[in-house]
Amino acid sequence: MKRRLADAPAEAPARPRVTTSVTPGAPRGSRAPVASGAATAALGVLGVVVGLRAVFGAPLHASIGWLVPFAGLRIDLDPLGGAFMALTGAVAAAVGVFAIGYARREHWARFPLVMLPVFVLTLLVVPAAGSVTTFLFAWEAMALTSLALVLTEHHRDEVRSAGLFYSVLTQLGFVAILVALATLSSASGSGSLAGIHAAADGLSPALRSGVFLLTVVGFGSKAGLLPLHAWLPRAHPEAPSPVSALMSAAMVNLGVYGIIRIDVQVLGGGPRWWGTTLMVVGAASAVFGVLQASVSADLKRLLAYSTTENMGLIAMAIGASMLLGASGLPSVAAIALAAALVHLVAHAAFKALGFLAAGSVLAGTGLRDLDRLGGLARRMPYTTTLFGIAALGATGLPLGAGFVGEWLLLQSLIHTPQGDNTLLSLVMPLSVGALALTTGLGIVAMVKAFGIGFLARPRSEGAERAREGSPTMLVGMAIAAIGCVVVAVAPAALGPALTRVASTLPSVGGGQGPELGAMLRLPGAAGSVSPVVLAAALAVSVALVFLLVRWGAGARPAAAVRPLWAGGGPALTPRMQYTATSFAEPLQRVFDDVLRPETDVAVTHVAESRYLIEKITFSTAQADALEERLYWPVVRAVAAAARGVRKAHTGSIHLYLLFGAIGLLVAIVVGR
Amino acid sequence: MALSIALAALQVLMVLVGAPLVIGAMRQVRARLEGRRGGGLGQPWRDLRKLFRKQQITPEGTTVVFRAAPFILLGSTLLIAAIIPVVSLGSPLDSSGDFVAVVGLLFLGTVALALAALDTGTAFGGMGSSRQMTVVALVEPTILLVLFTLSLRVHSANLAAIAGGTLENPAQAFSLGRVLAFASLVIVIIAETGRLPVDNPATHLELTMIHEAMTLEYAGPRLGLVEWASGMRLTVLLVLLANLFFPWGVAPASPGAVQILIAVAAIAAKVAILAMALSVGETFLAKLRLFRVPELLAGSFLLGILAVTASSFLPAAGR
Repeated sequence: MKRRLADAPAEAPARPRVTTSVTPGAPRGSRAPVASGAATAALGVLGVVVGLRAVFGAPLHASIGWLVPFAGLRIDLDPLGGAFMALTGAVAAAVGVFAIGYARREHWARFPLVMLPVFVLTLLVVPAAGSVTTFLFAWEAMALTSLALVLTEHHRDEVRSAGLFYSVLTQLGFVAILVALATLSSASGSGSLAGIHAAADGLSPALRSGVFLLTVVGFGSKAGLLPLHAWLPRAHPEAPSPVSALMSAAMVNLGVYGIIRIDVQVLGGGPRWWGTTLMVVGAASAVFGVLQASVSADLKRLLAYSTTENMGLIAMAIGASMLLGASGLPSVAAIALAAALVHLVAHAAFKALGFLAAGSVLAGTGLRDLDRLGGLARRMPYTTTLFGIAALGATGLPLGAGFVGEWLLLQSLIHTPQGDNTLLSLVMPLSVGALALTTGLGIVAMVKAFGIGFLARPRSEGAERAREGSPTMLVGMAIAAIGCVVVAVAPAALGPALTRVASTLPSVGGGQGPELGAMLRLPGAAGSVSPVVLAAALAVSVALVFLLVRWGAGARPAAAVRPLWAGGGPALTPRMQYTATSFAEPLQRVFDDVLRPETDVAVTHVAESRYLIEKITFSTAQADALEERLYWPVVRAVAAAARGVRKAHTGSIHLYLLFGAIGLLVAIVVGR
Repeated sequence: MALSIALAALQVLMVLVGAPLVIGAMRQVRARLEGRRGGGLGQPWRDLRKLFRKQQITPEGTTVVFRAAPFILLGSTLLIAAIIPVVSLGSPLDSSGDFVAVVGLLFLGTVALALAALDTGTAFGGMGSSRQMTVVALVEPTILLVLFTLSLRVHSANLAAIAGGTLENPAQAFSLGRVLAFASLVIVIIAETGRLPVDNPATHLELTMIHEAMTLEYAGPRLGLVEWASGMRLTVLLVLLANLFFPWGVAPASPGAVQILIAVAAIAAKVAILAMALSVGETFLAKLRLFRVPELLAGSFLLGILAVTASSFLPAAGR
């Protein structure tokens, strides 16, 4: 992601529109996008209905023997799985409606149109899986369909590179999950998750801990947690926006689901270092993700890093609840668990909305580079408003969707008794520090995304010619926005479902959870907050300010519109504005050691004289520092090993026969 | 209930009326120390009156974000004044908004102003906004940490409970964690309200300005609102500093008339002392280079973490 500033022409030409029009696609106005979007939305609504029935009604069981060879398909839907299914369904409903308009504008080919509902179906099956084989089957189907969708625009190099990253990391994660679940299954002698749960207490601690670590790696890679996060900031931006929304708001949740299902529910929690490990991983992911988001100049990349941040916070909350549960503090553990679940819902709402709005911007301008955007508030007022709601949710400020979850997490840390427990006294303050830093940087990232991308004046021709999204796109976004507003102002709506889910997790949710009414209260502890009263009170005090400005109104001349102050020079041009890169520059300087930006200044002199400068080229690249230090050494080592092995591959058939003979001898000797 | 609502209204009114006086007092102290006569205590009030009579000017090309920001800035500050314990511990909104909400509201206003500055599309607006958000990225976590330290003892995040806990148990007011937290909060108040050495409220020098760069396009009544709100934010933060660390004099939840009078006098005196101390300190300080500011703020963030850790490890001290 190299960006040149100084030698760019005065009026930067708009980048070619990113569309799939080269592939033979559905003709304009065809019914195919409608059918695909409607099927996706219908599956989503079905998921919401079935999921909610499982949350509030009796658990659903079903078994289809013929569908998967040998093992059959086994469905066990309890309140935990039902809640994740309902959340996935809600996201899919919004995305489905949005996709109708988006697929038309971007001329999607038939393949992604078919894959979109299939992907949603696999997403809905994962939380319903009742046996190890069903779970792994659905998990892998989800990975493959999402990979196919990521590669929708496969004619671009970046997309292919993202697809490669995604497939490698997701398969690495799958290997970890496969080994963990196969180990569990063989040790407990049962193929169903319920059977493993029944036998879980008898397993050896070493085996349980091994499974825990493998699941944190495997499911963590799907949730975008460190260190296997690198696919997320590549695949989410390069996928078409409805797919990004599904991946970022629904698929990553299933990584969290896996951790809750296997480690908290099936294994029933573990020693205290389990929770501590998860908290460390979560805190590192949160801080690293938000830092990368705040210096990122690509709108969708910023949103993707924000997903790593929020998944980190959720992992931190789950880790806190496991740690507190293992320390014998069930009621505080229940608060932390509620924090994780509420934030999960909030994140799904605001991130789905964020990616859909980014898709609307991409469809309307062909741009997602914040340095070239701007001025959308006038040309795309609805998209701007909706993205504003999403960005407010992501900041964690009051009246935003993210506030309640972060509030609950802070409360669980406050109500942890200190002093008598060294581990808690050490972990909790550091977690508060990480959480506080994350919220502070999160505000910067979102102010940048909204302020630079949507306000001010257009920085390129593409942004100048922006056009508003189609009605179905706006409706799809509005559905997600309603979700944001409900979580922000009336989290009480989540209360009953939360209680039912907590009841399936006795190791952490055994205590009485927080009371989510109009007033959020904590059981047996002081502390309450009321988002709805705060919203009303803020409205009243803003109205009061309207009364205040009437002071002196009688003496005031009529209002006027005047040009901006140009510092005494000629009129300002849009190129004089701050860009996303310059906005984040001070922060980049502050966190230089972590971010390691590569900055390059090249001065070209005029041929005749060294003292005259023809042009100065400034380029800066923001790479993922962790990726550079963690991934490339491994890749290089593998490549070097492969080169070493290649020396033995001379093409001589005799040599290969000798290798075969040696191999056979070794096998015989070892096998004896 | 009626009494508590009346007290909340009194708090809002006190902050509204008092904020320009606080600013006036600080300028006056500074002027005297520098050997000038100064404009007097009431000068900010006269400035406000002048601004509110001026023409409303909207810069070309700005959107509703620019016009709404002063209202959100001032509105959120008024709400904070109603929630926090200024005069009494019995605010009707205390149970609806704890310190997390108060900090959130404070930064909601900051974000509104930063977005308005970006909305103008000028180089100055972007510059001020970028610098302000860099400061916020470190100030917001520090304020959260400081208030978290205070809430650890009382196991409640509600501000009245924090102030009340110190009143009941005066010995713990000077524990190690609280001293560290106090130092840390002083630094971030200076940074958040744009005082020396982080920002100079009396300059229009483009190399250094933060707050002034953001408000450059505002004029007339809207500028008046922004200036008023800035004064109120400083006042509200000083009130928090005074009443969370030294809550003596604050009236209980349902006070009598004498207690209210004492509380009003006490908070006025406390804020006056803190404001003058701040002003005296400022007179002897030069502004830091912009890129040294984050070092100062990172230092205060670390102080905050130390404060939380100290309170968490040494709960018995001072109890």
